[in-house]
Amino acid sequence: MPDSTTNAPATNSAAGTAHSAPARGDTPRVVSPPRAYLLVVEGHWTWYKRNWKATLVSSVGMPILYLLAMGLGFGSQVHASAATGGVSYLVYLAPALLATSALQGAAGEATFPVLSGFKWQKNFIGIAATPITPAQIVGGQLLWMAFRLLFSGAIFLAVAAAIGAVTGFGVVLSLLFGVLSGLAFGAPVVAFSASVQGEGNAFNPLFRFVVVPMSLFAGTFFPVSQLPAIVRPIAWITPVWHGTELARGAAFGTLQFWPTLGHLAYLLAWIAIGTGLCRRQFRVRLAS
Amino acid sequence: MKRFGDFTAVGGIDVEVQRGEAFGFLGPNGAGKSSTMRMIACVSPRTGGELRVLGMDPDLHGPQIRARIGVVPQGDILDTELTVRQNLQVYGRYFGFSRSYVQAKATELLEFAQLTEKADVNVESLSGGMKRRLTIARSLVNDPELLLLDEPTTGLDPQARHLLWERLFRLKQRGATQIITTHYMDEAQQLCDRLVVMDNGTIVAGGTPTELISRYATREVLELRFPQAQPGEPALVHAGSSAGPSAVAGPQTSDNPPLERLTDLADRIEVLPDRLLLYTADGEAALTAAHNRGVRPMTSLVRRSTLEDVFLRLTGRSLVD
Ligand SMILES: Nc1ncnc2c1ncn2[C@@H]1O[C@H](COP(=O)(O)OP(=O)(O)OP(=O)(O)O)[C@@H](O)[C@H]1O
Ligand SMILES: [Mg+2]
Repeated sequence: MPDSTTNAPATNSAAGTAHSAPARGDTPRVVSPPRAYLLVVEGHWTWYKRNWKATLVSSVGMPILYLLAMGLGFGSQVHASAATGGVSYLVYLAPALLATSALQGAAGEATFPVLSGFKWQKNFIGIAATPITPAQIVGGQLLWMAFRLLFSGAIFLAVAAAIGAVTGFGVVLSLLFGVLSGLAFGAPVVAFSASVQGEGNAFNPLFRFVVVPMSLFAGTFFPVSQLPAIVRPIAWITPVWHGTELARGAAFGTLQFWPTLGHLAYLLAWIAIGTGLCRRQFRVRLAS
Repeated sequence: MKRFGDFTAVGGIDVEVQRGEAFGFLGPNGAGKSSTMRMIACVSPRTGGELRVLGMDPDLHGPQIRARIGVVPQGDILDTELTVRQNLQVYGRYFGFSRSYVQAKATELLEFAQLTEKADVNVESLSGGMKRRLTIARSLVNDPELLLLDEPTTGLDPQARHLLWERLFRLKQRGATQIITTHYMDEAQQLCDRLVVMDNGTIVAGGTPTELISRYATREVLELRFPQAQPGEPALVHAGSSAGPSAVAGPQTSDNPPLERLTDLADRIEVLPDRLLLYTADGEAALTAAHNRGVRPMTSLVRRSTLEDVFLRLTGRSLVD
């Protein structure tokens, strides 16, 4: 994450005085798009530095509870078998939970905070008055989401490792795949949130009928092959299923070239389409 | 030109603001002032017509233009969960400034807005006027060549208002162009070299404040206040709704005694429920004449015409929607 020292004491002792001699960085200019993304991230980071503790419970607490309750508790009743890839249920569950918690984290980041950026906090409207473009706000927003997912996932991994749910370094790759699948879901949801006009009641059905079923049935807790044949395709189209497949494959060293490529392409396609939709929605909404 | 669906918020406005000028948009609620400002600020694309800001087309060079302008929107848009200082610094960074520069600049702007003591508190806990001052300070972070101020002093106390006027005057002297909307006519008179009055998305009049006063009002106004008519008594002044906004005293009826005796004393007479306004070059003379004709108002007042008189004449006294 970019190092932001906004609160550090001024080392050049410029305190109190206004214009120092003209130097680099003191004329307003239009920054390059990647730089713009990072500046939007920096804005979030400034907030996050002051508030990260409060967000930790929801972003990391829930997945860890799942891991404890399902992996340790429920898992004690499950024998290692072919269905669990020959490992204990706890170990079977941990990498997939990376994808599922990324899904839930992305859903959280992509809904109310985005609507708030237009409606309550209005930070997007504030940024839109600067040289930063709506498309760059989108870029920064999605990049920030990726950082958040990465951070929460890393903490989850540390806890998982501490209770013996991790067997190798492959899970680091699982973490990245998890983030990717989170973004694949989050990007289109950001676009949706940017189009929401009301108080955000529209998010309730999204959580109830999309996020929760995805978390429960898309291959995290049991293989999709256990689902009735007619609903399996529904699981296959969810980004999180591709995420769990990749995450498990990476953790257990069972990734195969073509399936891996297919899963990745599918997730990247969602990210690309979602980003495109976001750009359009942000442009429209910020202009209205 | 700005349309929202079928609704035309800004219809035909044709203005040119010179570099270094302070230009005002006046107009009643919903006239289209903010819509116009947002088009100039390159956040809301125009749906028709020509627009050049700093010589550039907002559709093609939005970011370049925004880098060089400062915007004070009508409502404060601040990061309420960040501190006052962080608000300035984070915002400044979007203009490509270095960290050390925004740090020094924030200190300077805190001084400017007299918020130094509040530098490290959350914006949430500021008073309304302090937030306004912070919004104004933030708009100056890039030393803008063009400053767009949408009702900048709404919510400010008189001290802060006068201080801001003085600061804006100094910025103007340094060559910054200013475009201002306001509902305070004294402010418009103070700040604007030139202004236009908008109504329903079009311009109804324009010029310097003095020009507008001489064109649409007389030099002085004589205000005569009469006691409110008691129930049952014949009213001294009939101002019924039929008189409407800016009613010019027309043919008088006999149950309108004072009015009848005054018509020839003024260029224009406006009838309000409790007052008569006589627009005339010489208020004192009109007052004497009225006395001589036996008109006995409760109180009387002679004052100079102001922009407010012009504004009310042009846009009407009643709330139109
Ligand atoms: N986003 C929008 N969608 C639809 N209509 C809009 C939108 N923004 C403004 N309008 C309409 O355009 C008209 C002009 O609004 P605008 O905000 O420009 O007025 P204003 O002159 O700034 O008024 P005020 O003095 O109250 O600030 C109003 O009738 C308003 O309802
Ligand atoms: Mg307005």
